[in-house]
Amino acid sequence: MNIRTDFPVVRTVGVHKSFGSNHVLRGIDLDVSAGEVVTVLGPSGSGKSTLLRCINQLEEIDSGAVFVDGEQMGFDLRGDRLHKLSDAAVRRQRRKIGMVFQHFNLFPHLTALENIIEAPVGIHGRSKAEAKREAMELLDRIGLSDKARHYPRQLSGGQQQRVAIARALAIKPRLLLFDEPTSALDPELVGEVLSTMRDLAEGGLTMLVVTHEISFAREAAHRVVFMDGGVIVEQGAPEKVLNDPESPRTRQFLSRFI
Amino acid sequence: MTSISNTSQVSPRKGDTDGRPATDAYDVSRAHRPLPVWRIAAWLILGWICLQAVMIVALNDNFGWGVVGKYLFHPNILDGLTVTLGLAAVSMFLGILFGLVIAIMRMSPDRLLSGFAGGFLWFFRGVPLLVQLIFWYNMSTLFPEVRLSIPFGPDLAVWETNSLISPLTAAIIGLALHEAAYMAEIIRGGLLSVDHGQVEATQAFGMSRGRSLRRVILPQAMRSIVPPTGNQFISMVKATSLVSVIAMSDLLYSVQAIYNRTFEVIPLLLVAVAWYLFIVSILNVGQGFLERHFGRSERGAVEDDVKAEEAEV
Repeated sequence: MNIRTDFPVVRTVGVHKSFGSNHVLRGIDLDVSAGEVVTVLGPSGSGKSTLLRCINQLEEIDSGAVFVDGEQMGFDLRGDRLHKLSDAAVRRQRRKIGMVFQHFNLFPHLTALENIIEAPVGIHGRSKAEAKREAMELLDRIGLSDKARHYPRQLSGGQQQRVAIARALAIKPRLLLFDEPTSALDPELVGEVLSTMRDLAEGGLTMLVVTHEISFAREAAHRVVFMDGGVIVEQGAPEKVLNDPESPRTRQFLSRFI
Repeated sequence: MTSISNTSQVSPRKGDTDGRPATDAYDVSRAHRPLPVWRIAAWLILGWICLQAVMIVALNDNFGWGVVGKYLFHPNILDGLTVTLGLAAVSMFLGILFGLVIAIMRMSPDRLLSGFAGGFLWFFRGVPLLVQLIFWYNMSTLFPEVRLSIPFGPDLAVWETNSLISPLTAAIIGLALHEAAYMAEIIRGGLLSVDHGQVEATQAFGMSRGRSLRRVILPQAMRSIVPPTGNQFISMVKATSLVSVIAMSDLLYSVQAIYNRTFEVIPLLLVAVAWYLFIVSILNVGQGFLERHFGRSERGAVEDDVKAEEAEV
């Protein structure tokens, strides 16, 4: 493991977010270092998915600040005044972050290969031939090179999610966000997606994973963050948080999985 | 219990000497079907009606089939046909273009934009097309001078209304704006039918809104946009016949011009009918082709793709 702790890839400072009267995030301070794999656990409604979506600005935060690679997301401090960034600048910031969704969100009218090269060619301006070659390498890595010309609906859920992971990797992200990547899958398909994610974790990618898979947290994460009621209840090494949690809320949550 | 075991067993038929069921005899594929009496009756009645209709048409000299043949490819008729086709194509193109803009405005979170789009729909869907056409044609009585400007854009030029609003421009403006209102709703419905996760995926990639619409949202929306648009185009071809009231020399107007001179009303109307049906038939074929194209990620076409792929291997 080669973790740089001096310069976090993600830093959130006192992040608050409400939807109407529903106060979902109540002051989140979280750092993720380069190469670190952090798993966020917590009951549904604890705000973990919202936190993920705030990091790549799919949701706008109400107060606090989010930094990715030392750059404040959505805002620019000039002198002592904070300015909201233009839509175009926000899009540029998002381009270094990959995201894997619960429902895959592959583009159904494009083949697996076309899904993967869409962003590299269309947004990052890479040549089509180069993007195709890299996409085939990625498909090979996830064991789906024979499915390159298949449309998403011809693939199983697990295969679709693995293609979605390849699609997120194709933009060479500084950070990869996973929003409950296995929650929409049939139980027998969860394993193949988790093993793909485990390979990535070992490859030194910075990953922030919201999941219900305790096994993934235990085996692949460097750190486990437990959230409940919009706050981080506790965090630490997986063996500590999962085996010997300090908070009764964590203990109660984990008891459901034993 | 006994009744269950009785029914689950095939009971031997009368006359089977060894008492075992003759399994072949029970094979349902050998069964005789009852005669479809009602269907045969319906065929006979329909056939009789059709025969009568053909006889009436063929034996009635007033239809003047000779006259129909004489005028079917008459230069004036073909000119009118060209005008009808051109008018339908241009108005449809502009209608789809404006419709797309109105649909996007209508979906905007900005109240002013969506309100404007709503007002546009309310007016241009609410006023009958014929009234709109006559209205545009008589613009000069309302505004002696007119400024043509792109929506929200600069003025392109200032003209005297009478020189600007010819029958042609009145027809195009009237048809296109009316069509835009309908197309806006069709396109909006199509855009709404696309899963919101698709929009989020493009946002997460940092894709611009235009590119997201072009590459991801519209291609998926097309599947629900194309069929009603085909109907709209067919309606449009027929709606162009309304422009004959503002002296636009379309197919119907050309036909009228001739029968006002020769009084062969029915044969010349039949000429128009033949051409309208011909155009609509061709459009139907085109629509089917488009539907297959945009549905290619669905089952049928995809299986062909995979078969092709397997054949390559």
